[in-house]
Amino acid sequence: MTLMGCEQIALFSIILLLLTKPIGAYIAAVMEQEKTILDPVIAPLERVTYKALGVKSGEEMHWTEYSFALLAFSLVSALFTYAVLRLQGVLPLNPMGFSTGLAPAYATNMTADLAFNTAMSFTTNTNWQNYSGEATLSYLSQMLGLAFHNWVSASVGMAACMALIRGFARHSTQTVGNFWRDLVRCTLYILMPICLVYSLLLVWQGAIQNFAPYVIASTVEGAKQTLPQGPVASQEAIKMLGINGGGFFNANSAHPYENPTPLSNLLQMLSIFILPAGLTYTFGKLVKDTRQGWALLAAMYAFFLAGALICYHCEALGNPNISGQSVEVSTKALGDLGGNMEGKEVRFGLANSALFATITTDASCGAVNAMHDSFTPLGGLIPLLNIQLGEIVFGGVGSGLYGMLVFAVLTVFIAGLMVGRTPEYVGKKIEQKDVKMAMLFILAGSLSILVFTALGSVLDLPAKDWLNPPGATYNNVNNAGPHGFSEILYAYSSATGNNGSAFAGLTGNTPFFNTTLGLAMLIGRFLMMIPVLALAGSLAEKKYVPPTSGTFPTHGWLFTALLISVILIVGALTFFPSLTLGPIVEHCLMHAQRLF
Amino acid sequence: MLKQLVPALRATVVLALLTGLLFPLAVTALAQFMFPFQANGSLLRNEAGQVCGSKLIGQLFSKPEYFHPRPSAAGAGYAGEASSGTNLGPTSKKLILGLPDDASTKDVDESYSGIKQLAETYRQENQLKADEKPPVDAVTRSGSGLDPDISYANALLQSRRVAQARNLPVEAVIKLVDEQRENRQFGILGEQRVNVLMLNLSLDSKK
Repeated sequence: MTLMGCEQIALFSIILLLLTKPIGAYIAAVMEQEKTILDPVIAPLERVTYKALGVKSGEEMHWTEYSFALLAFSLVSALFTYAVLRLQGVLPLNPMGFSTGLAPAYATNMTADLAFNTAMSFTTNTNWQNYSGEATLSYLSQMLGLAFHNWVSASVGMAACMALIRGFARHSTQTVGNFWRDLVRCTLYILMPICLVYSLLLVWQGAIQNFAPYVIASTVEGAKQTLPQGPVASQEAIKMLGINGGGFFNANSAHPYENPTPLSNLLQMLSIFILPAGLTYTFGKLVKDTRQGWALLAAMYAFFLAGALICYHCEALGNPNISGQSVEVSTKALGDLGGNMEGKEVRFGLANSALFATITTDASCGAVNAMHDSFTPLGGLIPLLNIQLGEIVFGGVGSGLYGMLVFAVLTVFIAGLMVGRTPEYVGKKIEQKDVKMAMLFILAGSLSILVFTALGSVLDLPAKDWLNPPGATYNNVNNAGPHGFSEILYAYSSATGNNGSAFAGLTGNTPFFNTTLGLAMLIGRFLMMIPVLALAGSLAEKKYVPPTSGTFPTHGWLFTALLISVILIVGALTFFPSLTLGPIVEHCLMHAQRLF
Repeated sequence: MLKQLVPALRATVVLALLTGLLFPLAVTALAQFMFPFQANGSLLRNEAGQVCGSKLIGQLFSKPEYFHPRPSAAGAGYAGEASSGTNLGPTSKKLILGLPDDASTKDVDESYSGIKQLAETYRQENQLKADEKPPVDAVTRSGSGLDPDISYANALLQSRRVAQARNLPVEAVIKLVDEQRENRQFGILGEQRVNVLMLNLSLDSKK
């Protein structure tokens, strides 16, 4: 590790902390329909939108109706994307002729199972990609099929989170808000203004934004080089702010046209964390005790900083198999361009690659600026573990905070068991039904990751089977030995966690993986979101219980420490065996210089 | 549930048009007006007016009189339509010991050389002295396969070869490297680096 590297991590953390309160206060104002400075511009557009939707924005919904609206919208919009992807050959804005007879030789076909996987992936805010953007998708598919979901899946997450916050903030009521109003207001007031400025900043730094066909350059040495084009910056902005992570290009944020400079990289990292960080303040503000929000943020920062520093340390130490070939890797000599540079860009170096990998998996983003598959075993364990802990460290837009709140409920429940009192959290008694919903949330995710990983590791199919042409599913990995298992474990963790980053060596574009990963994404999204909405409904009905001298305070260091322990214990008990079989044993073998 | 289906249909259409069509069109218009060079790919043209590459995208150089970029896993090397890293893990035999076109292991895909061989080639090409080692960025492949930059240390080690091939004094080549060296953005962000294409173009314009 170098001083400059640590300074960059510190700079990022401080800027984020300074932005938390203003953003959080703005989110609270927007979602609770107070006045904002953007009203004169956006309010007319908002009214027109409600008219076009045919909804009464003033109506309040019961949690079941709220869930129905959310599910109906997700279903319809997923079908819409599936149709756009399958029909891209006959739709406009397809200068390279993908899915037509004119497609270039390197193009991939958009098959039914790939379109299913991609539609599920973007609807669930996962953005797992079994295709390479520049070789598969028309500009219209990118914008209307996929970027559209980058916007609305973020707003759907925000809506579900607001419902839960209202559950805590309201009392003795049947309603948790109006889904359509939450969806529209989040999109118009929060995402759109930020994205407009942000995408222009990215263009300024070098991200491209055009509709031209790919440029064929004659290189200095006289060869031909294809330079893909497209409306990248507008998609890049919402890809990061909406914590989606689906790259325009195969190389995602490592691609110089997506992420051209260290400044664009800093902006991308900030835009992943800014909304979930702000939401902790929003929560505190709406339950009328901002200390509650800061306590959750403290736990998030602890996980984030520990992860970033461990990952950075492991990447800086590097790989003895590389230094063994008498290659200079010392960070004393090379600064942050030493260590393990496999899969990393020179403009980012070790610190920014490790920091980005930690951030993108703490949150449910999944954009990458370096290839996680080529990280050292323990450097790659951090992103994997981050996803498995449930992406509650900042997390997705909304989904991060509601996950963290579920753990907070679990924590007060465990604390209550220890002292033998009915647990309370921000003025609400936590009862049997609430804990059941919290446990359902945690079990659904763990079960999906472990069961699918087991299936994907051992399923023995004959070669050229239609379900998986390479035959046995373990033939789809790119690396032999324990690293191959890590690839499968990472894939199902990422899909269930709605993350979307990958140990990308895995060949996922087969009917078996397209389908099972698609199902894992659905489980990870909706089987976790519905219990949260049920919890919201149950909490909203309860009376407010003022704190007494017997109440366990949930705004101090003791609670934060307990919360961290509960998250670690749940995560470790569930996933330690699988991590041992993958990255941990690989770490030992790497230092014994065993190769596979 | 059925009651919500109609608004769901309408919301899909309205929001898809707004976010998936109007927004990117508006950003394109603004970007083309404000930053046309960047928005169109930071393209560079040669004297004949042909596009010879992009400032941001690395390209292959193999002649001795040019600085060489990092090895690349994008297609056959710096193929713009196939951005990718190797995705090989730290204990991969192929990553460390892979050999291209090894007749004895014809059934294994060996489309690229491992780090051991890359280091060997780098040592020979640049006639490294006994106490000089190839810097790690010179023997590893980037995440995009299109990395436009190399480390300053990598550029310095290649200077002797380039100077020899061009019959220039080494000091003149090192001076060019220093001119093309990009420092950390605002003195803190990112890493110090040298853009290979820009450096090679400045070499060519010198003669």
